[in-house]
Amino acid sequence: MTIKKRERFLENLASNLGRPRVQKVERPQYSVSPQQNVYRGYSMDDLMDVLEKQCKAIHTDFINTDTTNLGKILLDTIEGYNGNAIITANDPRFQKYGIEDLFDSLRQDGKEVHVWNSEKGKDNQVFAESADVGITFSDITLAESGTVTLFNDKNNGRSISLLPKTYIALIPKETIVPRMTQAAQIIQKAYKEGHAVPSCISFITGPSNSADIEMNLIVGVHGPIKVTYIAF
Amino acid sequence: MSVKIGNAPFHNRVQDGIENDFMRKAVSSAQGRFRSGRRNAAEELGDWEDWRTLGEEIRSHTLENIDFYLEKLSDAVSNRGGNVYFAQTAEEANQYIQDIVKRKEAKKIVKSKSMVTEEIGLNAALEEVGGEVVETDLGEWILQLDEDPPSHIVTPALHKDKGQIRETFSKKKGYEKTDDPEELALFAREQLREDFLSADVGITGCNFAVAESGAITLVTNEGNARLATALPDTQISVMGMERLVPTWEDLEVMVSLLTRAAVGQKLTSYVTSLTGTRLEGEVDGPEEFHLVILDNGRSKILGTEFQAALHCIRCAACINVCPVYRHVGGHAYGSIYPGPIGAVLTPLLDGYDDHKELPYASSLCAACTEACPVKIPLHEMLIRHRQIIVERENKAPKMEKLMMKGYAKWASSPAAYKLSTKVAKPGLKPWTEEETISNGPGPLKGWTNARDFPAPSKQSFRSWYKSRRKREESE
Ligand code: SF4
Repeated sequence: MTIKKRERFLENLASNLGRPRVQKVERPQYSVSPQQNVYRGYSMDDLMDVLEKQCKAIHTDFINTDTTNLGKILLDTIEGYNGNAIITANDPRFQKYGIEDLFDSLRQDGKEVHVWNSEKGKDNQVFAESADVGITFSDITLAESGTVTLFNDKNNGRSISLLPKTYIALIPKETIVPRMTQAAQIIQKAYKEGHAVPSCISFITGPSNSADIEMNLIVGVHGPIKVTYIAF
Repeated sequence: MSVKIGNAPFHNRVQDGIENDFMRKAVSSAQGRFRSGRRNAAEELGDWEDWRTLGEEIRSHTLENIDFYLEKLSDAVSNRGGNVYFAQTAEEANQYIQDIVKRKEAKKIVKSKSMVTEEIGLNAALEEVGGEVVETDLGEWILQLDEDPPSHIVTPALHKDKGQIRETFSKKKGYEKTDDPEELALFAREQLREDFLSADVGITGCNFAVAESGAITLVTNEGNARLATALPDTQISVMGMERLVPTWEDLEVMVSLLTRAAVGQKLTSYVTSLTGTRLEGEVDGPEEFHLVILDNGRSKILGTEFQAALHCIRCAACINVCPVYRHVGGHAYGSIYPGPIGAVLTPLLDGYDDHKELPYASSLCAACTEACPVKIPLHEMLIRHRQIIVERENKAPKMEKLMMKGYAKWASSPAAYKLSTKVAKPGLKPWTEEETISNGPGPLKGWTNARDFPAPSKQSFRSWYKSRRKREESE
């Protein structure tokens, strides 16, 4: 696509810096790297504890379970959110962990469960807008900040974790890393290996909030008002 | 078009701020909360000083090679189907964006909070071409309904109380409920959903662009920036030219510094990284994407002793610790960039003529420099500004001249001087707060209205003053 008025702009910058334009720049070795030391040597269980604790700080319900009980916990959570209209990503992991059966039984109970379908275009957004619950898996989970990372694509629309009133993130234990440092490394490596970076990478840390009115924390503004993480 | 807000003289703006009791209380309690949040977050990290060092090194390296990284960024964005426009001035940026809006015949435009679009006066430009612009950040929406400029770069409506906000909602939008903040926010959610769903264009700023891959990263809490970029078919992001990092690994360090320094959060609710247009088969995201990279006076700062001011990541930590900001509030600065960074940046972007008082709106206590996550030597820059104003431009502001004259008179009469230094410590006590005098009696009064005066120390005033002068000279 187009790039306009670049040359005079960049020439001006170089000349103000008092040198010709540079053609090649090596990223320097920085003198310190504190980001690498956070939770260094923590086991998976240690990181799980960090994550659980952090969820309290970000107003997010956290449930630690296992694959056997995942379906039941998810069902309870959906019911707790009065979930009559539910939207999910089109993700093979729902099949893998036996959650599709749960969705079928919900449908039989008269609930609407919509799986993101890229062929249906904007109808996906329309459904998401009036949905009670959005559900996705986390692709990388950051223990330190309590963040789920989503690689949004045609099967996992951005709206699912954004438009419904509540949001449930399913967190496979193996996705948990210490902090954003590791996520950035994974993304950078994929980029270097020639994979296209997703058009949207969402780092989501609990429900939407604001401190814009007298600095009072308001939980629930434009995005989901309530959020639950289920780790398994 | 510039960063300047309003034409009221500095003195009046300061007076307005000081007389606004709610604002002063709100600012002071906000400062307290921001500060302890930042401190806790910093303490938790343990090696905060290393983080700051790393932040500074990344910013220095990026700015030293900014032409290279901007070239990379624009190539990467273009490779992912985006259009890039390099705007030398605010007018050029506005013109380009107006043209898109006209071509798209866009009626409704949703915006997420961005200081840079405030800087260029984009809303007025959009309205000129018939676009209805809706600010969707809660604080910005309140200000837009009330036609009021922002007073803080992170929480722009800090100077308003919930009663005023309720009033505004009921007058402008027929709101009927209470002034409970949650209820007010829920109302905004419902009202603005309609706007998001019917908008033709979404406009955002940019916290950091990743030069290598072309990702535009937005650091937010409310979710409005996600909506503004997921739903409309056209997205325009405007970035100050310095808001970029080389790679994803640098990005994550800068984001960690920003969220901790700004609000004491480990990460904000949403850190959203957007690359180009939506891909084939995707429903959410724009089919047309424009990135506008803005100079607007920034390049003049490159290669000067003020270059580090471009390292700023707009976290507002310096504002939140500033004793002068606490007393006068954001509007007194007459710039959309208030506080210490505003006092440094505004004269650089917009010239000394209209802003020569700003470098004096500081007690040089250096709290700003200490708070800054990328170690910008803010108070030293303020001293340099003063030297430049006094020596080269001979534009020392009237108030300073006047007050120093009064002080000279007062101090030159030995009896008066002795008397007042003797009584100074006990006499000033009631006004002393954390070792600065916020509103003193007699000769100090006018002066302290504009800036905090350090409390007389146990050592004599004269020797304190002498050593202070020496310190300033050696810097
Ligand atoms: S100058 Fe430093 S502390 Fe102030 S807003 Fe910029 S980055 Fe933050």
